[in-house]
Amino acid sequence: MIELRDIRKSYRIGPRKLEVLKGIDLHIGKGEFVAIMGQSGSGKSTLLNVLGILDEYDSGLYELDGVPIRKLSAKQAARYRNAFIGFVFQSFNLLPFKNAMENVALPLYYQGIGRKERNQTAMQYLDKVGLADWSTHLPSELSGGQNQRVAIARALASKPKVILADEPTGALDSTTSKEIMGLFESLNDEGISVLIVTHEDDIAHRCKRLIRLKDGLIEADPALETQAGKHLR
Amino acid sequence: MFQREFWMEIGESLWRHKLRSALTAFSVFWGMLMLVLLLGSGNGLRRGVEFQFKDDAINSIWIWPGTTSMPWRGLPTGRDMRFRNAEVKHLQRTEPLVDKLTARYHLRGTFAVSRGDQSTTFRVRSVHPDHRFLENTVMLHGRFINPVDLEQTRKVCAIGTEVRDFFFAPPAKGQQDFGPPPIPQPGVWTAADSAAMGRYLTVKGVPYQIVGIFHDQGSRGENQYIYLPISTAQKIEGGTDRVDQIMFTFGNASLAESREVEARLREDFARRLKFDPDDQQAIYISNDLEEFKRFQGLFNGIEAFVWVIGILSLIAGMIGIANIMLITVNERTREIGVRKALGATNGSLVRLILLEAIVLTALSGFMGMALGVGTLWLVDTQVLPPIPEPDSMFMHPGVTPGVVVGALSILIGSGALAGFIPAIKAVRIAPAVAMKSA
Repeated sequence: MIELRDIRKSYRIGPRKLEVLKGIDLHIGKGEFVAIMGQSGSGKSTLLNVLGILDEYDSGLYELDGVPIRKLSAKQAARYRNAFIGFVFQSFNLLPFKNAMENVALPLYYQGIGRKERNQTAMQYLDKVGLADWSTHLPSELSGGQNQRVAIARALASKPKVILADEPTGALDSTTSKEIMGLFESLNDEGISVLIVTHEDDIAHRCKRLIRLKDGLIEADPALETQAGKHLR
Repeated sequence: MFQREFWMEIGESLWRHKLRSALTAFSVFWGMLMLVLLLGSGNGLRRGVEFQFKDDAINSIWIWPGTTSMPWRGLPTGRDMRFRNAEVKHLQRTEPLVDKLTARYHLRGTFAVSRGDQSTTFRVRSVHPDHRFLENTVMLHGRFINPVDLEQTRKVCAIGTEVRDFFFAPPAKGQQDFGPPPIPQPGVWTAADSAAMGRYLTVKGVPYQIVGIFHDQGSRGENQYIYLPISTAQKIEGGTDRVDQIMFTFGNASLAESREVEARLREDFARRLKFDPDDQQAIYISNDLEEFKRFQGLFNGIEAFVWVIGILSLIAGMIGIANIMLITVNERTREIGVRKALGATNGSLVRLILLEAIVLTALSGFMGMALGVGTLWLVDTQVLPPIPEPDSMFMHPGVTPGVVVGALSILIGSGALAGFIPAIKAVRIAPAVAMKSA
C-alpha cells in the first residue's frame, strides 16, 4: 500500500541545510490503522506531507499502491492526491464560503463529476459522519467537532486509498476528540487505511500500530520489532 | 458539462465574497464611469471650441498688388502693379482649388454716406457675391449682393447693423450705455429693420437701395460696412476695370497644397503682369491656411488634453484593480492550498482566479460604461439646447465606442495581469505551506 525506502528530505534555511527526514523506511499495508508520534521537530509533519504528495522529497523511494511517486508534474501530483489520498487537517481547512455539503463535494468537482451527482454523494458521506441535517451550514456555523466531521466526510468522498490525518484532534476538546477517534475506528473497521499524525498519547494508543519518530528517523515501529527487529540487532 | 460547472464555481465564489466583489466591482465601475464622463466632456469642449473658431479660421488666400522691387526683362523697378477684372476671371477659370472667389474695389477719394440731412463716414466695399463667405457675414434680413446685381450693375447695397442703427434707429437719450447690445437673430424684425429695408442711402452722391441687413460676429468694425456690387462701383468710377484685392477660399486643401497654389499664383501673376517671379514685393499673397492650421493645432491640443485625462484616469483605474487583485490573491493562498490538496491542478486554479477577476471587471466596467454613455446622452439631448448658443464652448459631449471598449479592455487586461503573476506564484507554493498561511 505505502512503501517508503530511505526517504530523505532537507530544507534550506539561509545558508544552512536542515535535514528533517534522515532516511525513513516504512511499510503500511492495506486496511492498517497507524499512528505516527514524535516531538515537534521530529519530522512527522514533513513525513505526512511527503506521504500526501503535498511536498517533495530529496532522495529515496516512495510507492503508493504500486505507483512510484517521484518527480511528478504538478498536474500528475494533483491527480494522484485526488485519487489516492483523503486529507484531514488540524485546522479542518474547509473553505469558509462553502457550506458543509459543498465542501464535501469539492474533491468530486475536481474529478469532473456533475453537480447533482456530486451533491448526492456528498450527502451520503455527510450522513455517514452524522451531519446530514447540517448540510447547508457554513463552517462558521458549526462546532469544531462538526467541522472535523465535515472534513472527514470530504476526505472520504473521493474514495481514497488512504486517509492522512494531521493532528486531527489538535483543535478539539477531549470528549470531541474521542468521538472523532471513534469515527476513524469505525471507518477503519470498514477496511479504510488510516494514518494519523499526533503528539497525544491517548490518541496514538487507540491506533493499531504506533510508529515513533525522533530527529528524522523511525525510533520505534512494532512491525520492525516483530519482523526485522532481530536482524537489526 | 464541466465548463458549466466551472462558470458556476466562479459565480458562486463571487457571490459568497460579496464585500470583496462589491469593492472590486465598484472601483472598476467608478473608473469606467469617470473615464467615459471625462472623455465625453473633453470631446464636448473640443467640439464647442471648434464650433466657435471654425468660422474665423477659413482657409483662404488674399492677394494684393504691390510695387516691383526687381527689374524684369528691361522693365524698371518701382512699377505699381494693378489687378483687373481679367485676373479675377483668369483665377476663376484656371485654379482648380478655388471654392469661393471675390475681389474688392475701393471707391476712390473721401466721401460721406448720407440719408436726408443725416451724414457720416462709413466704410464701403464693392465686392462679388462670394464675399460673404470670406468675411462670414450673416444676413439678418433680405439678401447679400447677388450675381444679377453684378450683371445689371444695380444700385443696391447690403448694410451692417451699425449702419442701420445710425440712420434708422438713433438711440434714445440715456439709453446708450447699458452694456453691449444683444446679438441679433436672423428673422427677428426690429423697428429699425422695418424702417431700413428698401430705403435708400446715398454714397458719393449716388443713391443705393438697401436690399439686405447683415451682422458679422467677428469684430464690431465689420458691422459698419456697406457692401456694393463691384460692377456698379467700377461703372460709377468711370468704367474702370481695376480691382484692389482678390481673395478666395479653397475646400479641404493641405498646407502643402496651399503652398503649391501660392507658388502657382505668383508665377501666373508674374507672367500676366510682367514681373520677376522672385520679386516678393510685386504682389503680396497672404495665406490664411497657416492660421487655419494654427487653429487646428489648438483643436489638436484640446484633443491631446482629453487623451491625457483619459489615460491618467485609466492608469488610476488600473492601479486600483491591480491592487485589489494582489490583495485578493494573497488572501486566497490558503484556499489555493486546500483546493490543491483536494486535487485542483495549477492551471485550473489560475483560471479560476483570473476568470473571476475578468468576469467581475467586465460586468462592472460595462455597467460603468453604460451609465457614463447614458449620462452623456442625457446631457446632450435633454440639458444642452438643441441649437448651440453662440457663445457656448461646450457641445455634443460623447465618446467614440472604439475608444471606450478599448479602455475597458485595458482595464480588464490589467486586472487579469495583476492577478496573473501573484496567482502563478501562489499556485506554485507547496500546498502544505500554502495551507499554513493565515
